[in-house]
Amino acid sequence: MAKLSVSDLKNLKEKVSKDMSLREGKAKILVTVHMGTCGIASGAREVMDALMKEMEEADRQDIRVMAAGCLGMCSSEPNVTVEIEGQGPIAYQYMDANKMRQVFKRHILKGEVQSDFALAKM
Amino acid sequence: MKELSLHIMDLAENGIAAQGNLIRIRVNEDIKANQLTIEISDNGKGIPKAMMSLITDPFVTSRTTRRVGMGLSLFKAAAERCGGVFELESEPGQGTRVKGSFIHDHIDRAPVGDMATSLVSLLAGYPEIDIDYTHMYDGRNFEFDTREIRVELDGVPLNEPAVLQHLKHAIKEELDHIKESYKERPDM
Repeated sequence: MAKLSVSDLKNLKEKVSKDMSLREGKAKILVTVHMGTCGIASGAREVMDALMKEMEEADRQDIRVMAAGCLGMCSSEPNVTVEIEGQGPIAYQYMDANKMRQVFKRHILKGEVQSDFALAKM
Repeated sequence: MKELSLHIMDLAENGIAAQGNLIRIRVNEDIKANQLTIEISDNGKGIPKAMMSLITDPFVTSRTTRRVGMGLSLFKAAAERCGGVFELESEPGQGTRVKGSFIHDHIDRAPVGDMATSLVSLLAGYPEIDIDYTHMYDGRNFEFDTREIRVELDGVPLNEPAVLQHLKHAIKEELDHIKESYKERPDM
């Protein structure tokens, strides 16, 4: 149990709580990965995985990630919805790890909606 | 579904949709008996008696019942085409238990796949849910319980990206370890 040992988790806790105290503020951006059966079957897990790696690199406290069920547009899965405070949510379709990285770097970090991948503005 | 770990993720999500807050996942790869069993249970609201006989029929599902429509029927089909059995038990107000068995070396059996990423994706999306996961491989065990991890993390949320990455690598390593020691045994 190398990485799950008590001392190891303690170290992790120390490190992460120090990082957390450096970041401040409330979440202003909500990213939802739709993980219904349709989403999971078409690659939502890989999208979520890519998103988590980007989140770790970006180290921003104002971005919140959550999962939700099916959006109702099963044929366009994997779907991801990005909602920046004060703006309407944008739903993206046919997502994969690469598109997720692009949406993260451009839309989430810089505010440029990636309309090539967008399904709808809600 | 390309991997059984994706079915597991999907079935765990059913439990969360049913308002469960503890998902129990048991994977048992019994090499000697050539059997693989997967069991997922939740403490959610359960399935009404009247729904039980319809629930694995994908064509009966309407929009209001879609929560348990395709997912269960796909898992059932996956088990049954690999010489296995599908079981479903549910007690309204208590929770639901889904179990599928597979012939381990059946040619149609999808690989178990990336369990670590499946589990961590669930934690990323539903940080308030607890997961109690046990994976057995030829009698060797790996246990992972988010309730214990939470105690050690002492208030640091499970969905902190650095925590998720750490847990993902740890789970991967532990699973490789229980499988590897099997290969190394000289009598095999």
